[in-house]
Amino acid sequence: MKQIPNKFLKKLTVGIFLLSVVNNSSAQTDIDGIMMEKNALCIGPMAGYSSWKNYWEGTLKRDNLNLGKVSTTMYSTMGNYGISNKLNVMFGLPYVKTKASAGQLQGLKGVQDFSLWVKWKAYSKKIGQGRLSLFAIGGYSLPASNYTADFLPMSIGLESKNLSLRAMADYQRGSWFATVSGTFVRRSNVEIDRSAYYTTEVHYSNEVKMPDVASYNLRLGYRNKGAYAEAVLDGWKTLGGFDITRNNMPFVSNKMNATRIGFNFKYPMPFLPQLSVTGNVMTTVAGRNVGQSTGFNAGIFYVIDLSKKEKNDSDKSKK
Amino acid sequence: MKKSYIVMASFALILANSCSKDITETNLEFAALQPASTDINAGTWRPIMLTGPTEFPVAAPAATNTPDYIAQVNEIKSFQVNMTSPEKKAVKYWSAGAVLRWNEIMRELVALHNLPPYQNADGTYPAPSATNPLAYPLFPFANPPYAARAYAYVAAAQYDALVAAWHYKKLYNRGAPYTVDATVTSLIPKSDLPSYPSEDATIVGVTTELLKLLFPGDQEFIQLKAEEHKRARIISGANVRSDLEAGEALGKSVAQKFVTRARGDRAGTAGGNATIWAQLETDCIARGETPWISQELPKRPGMLVNFGKVKSFLFDSLTMVTTIRPSAPPSTSSQQFKDEVAEAYNYSKNLTREQLRIAHFWADGVGTYTPPGHWNAIAAEDFVKQNFSEVRWARNMALLNMAMMDAAIACWDAKYFYFNPRPSQIDPRIKTVTGLPNFPSYTSGHSTFSAAASTILGHIIKTKATDYDNMAKEASVSRLYGAIHYRSDCEKGLETGKKVGDYAIARARTDGAE
Repeated sequence: MKQIPNKFLKKLTVGIFLLSVVNNSSAQTDIDGIMMEKNALCIGPMAGYSSWKNYWEGTLKRDNLNLGKVSTTMYSTMGNYGISNKLNVMFGLPYVKTKASAGQLQGLKGVQDFSLWVKWKAYSKKIGQGRLSLFAIGGYSLPASNYTADFLPMSIGLESKNLSLRAMADYQRGSWFATVSGTFVRRSNVEIDRSAYYTTEVHYSNEVKMPDVASYNLRLGYRNKGAYAEAVLDGWKTLGGFDITRNNMPFVSNKMNATRIGFNFKYPMPFLPQLSVTGNVMTTVAGRNVGQSTGFNAGIFYVIDLSKKEKNDSDKSKK
Repeated sequence: MKKSYIVMASFALILANSCSKDITETNLEFAALQPASTDINAGTWRPIMLTGPTEFPVAAPAATNTPDYIAQVNEIKSFQVNMTSPEKKAVKYWSAGAVLRWNEIMRELVALHNLPPYQNADGTYPAPSATNPLAYPLFPFANPPYAARAYAYVAAAQYDALVAAWHYKKLYNRGAPYTVDATVTSLIPKSDLPSYPSEDATIVGVTTELLKLLFPGDQEFIQLKAEEHKRARIISGANVRSDLEAGEALGKSVAQKFVTRARGDRAGTAGGNATIWAQLETDCIARGETPWISQELPKRPGMLVNFGKVKSFLFDSLTMVTTIRPSAPPSTSSQQFKDEVAEAYNYSKNLTREQLRIAHFWADGVGTYTPPGHWNAIAAEDFVKQNFSEVRWARNMALLNMAMMDAAIACWDAKYFYFNPRPSQIDPRIKTVTGLPNFPSYTSGHSTFSAAASTILGHIIKTKATDYDNMAKEASVSRLYGAIHYRSDCEKGLETGKKVGDYAIARARTDGAE
């Protein structure tokens, strides 16, 4: 039980796919079927880069010579701790920097949103020749600095406090697996540095009503002895919001939808299995009021067994 | 396992406890207008364009004991018996004031239309067409000068129309329906002000006529508002139908004077043409200065190059050139200029969060109601607390907006007379935290608008003069924080705006309202 877990944390993706960046920043483990074992802490740094040249102004795909290529660089740290074999907590804290290759708009930078996730493996049973596991996952994120959301597409985030509720099923047969999940994200209103703003009408308030979000995620791949390779399809849809009008600037409460595909891998070092490298590429195939972003990121994670320090804390968790 | 349930349950609780996302919007909280004074003698106030309050006659109303009038009172009563919830809402909304609400509607239209046209395939830019307003690019492009002029025409015309309305109110002295028939319920605060012709309908008439010219593509929206407004007045018991008809007709007539002025004020040719655009650059080079160059891609002709030649309200064009036009900016080859470029660069590199907030608070860029709209919003919120009569509201809004239109003219005159480059043109390392306006730098439009507005507002509400002055200074320096202006642009803009605002004060002192 106290041995080094053979399945650890994979990676964190700051989901930089909305017009400049939208906080999808979270440990990707909050969306896969892998659990940390009790008392193990997996922690490490990540770096990522994504960019877009084209974006969707409403449904119209266009470029913008006065932005050129809008890029986002992200550095983060994240961790995953096994409270028990069935209950994990995760955190992530990214630093984000944006830049436009043309025009005059200033890039912004700063610490973005701190996120905390709780992942509960509620059910696991052998079915047929494979194993089905069901998960309930909750997450909360909030800005970790006083950045501004009201300067899209250069803002580093959207500033809302997000409460995510996710249901997920994972089925593994041999080394092959499929994971599917659906998430509802309740987003708080945000406050901007203005006394009025226009959506589809003028609002005399500094508070902006943010539409909630529904998303789905599908992963198919191969996992074996701590390594894995998987293909990902995901969709993000705001429940409400409005389109960017012709040649207008984007706004925090825009409708922002995106469909993305990608590929992830993790590889534990044979000479030191506690240490693993992760990588990810992701591209946007369809969207609305978002950049057609393509990005990649990479991370190094290390697993520390904290069980010795917590001898008295051992419970009756079943392996 | 128990832990997990607790965690999940807490998430569910947080979700349940934060369900309402409704926001409080200040303009929807405004109470019903309850003027401290009816300003019953406002018919003697000096109009702007009218030769006098009787230039457009209003016929005497029917006596209140005629079957016609009694039928009109019954219309109110039937409405009140079957009031729907949208009708109640409309009564409440419009009770805050006609000048106020139509000013908000103007801001709405400006924000909707404040979008620069997208380029043609060949890199040129299409111009919006007033004769085909619904084709892309939509007419108008309500940029700051366009907006300033639109706000001013509507406000000035509303004022003249109400001066005339007040003249006939006093002359005919027909009381509001609830004073004639005690069984009529008034759903809004009662007033001793005679109700014929209706001030609200006068505003509807004059404003809708002008908006046909200024926002010709938004007639459906405007007419729906107009219908709702008039209906709300009947339902509220404040007006009978003949009050409204007389007021609306008067408003429409007065509007024609302003429409005629607007058609001849040279705004129609303010966009200039390729010859003028080239000439401005050539002239600047001939003076030995670095000319402004559009930083947009593809290069966009400067915004409304001839707006400085538009006919102003508060002074003549000679005064503008001799008295109001600021002296030349620091030469682009001078040390002062280099220092000011360096200062702008410094802000672009080192901006505090508070400076960024200020830059964004005052930005009022694309897709907003513009800086003049922002000052209208500021004024409106303060006027609400002053309990002005409608005619005084109109007079104060007219002074404010004529000042800002003339500020736009003075500022645009300076911009194209000097044709001074933006900081980021001189030093391409300069990046901005607000959109870079596509016109020359000197002087700052925000500074000019804001000083003109704060000057006249400080005269109207003397206890807030210092606040307004500080707001103008903050709006001004916000452009330096944004790294889109030099300090000289901001300082000279404030000076010029103050001069313009002083002309508005001079008018205020002599219009009979003080």
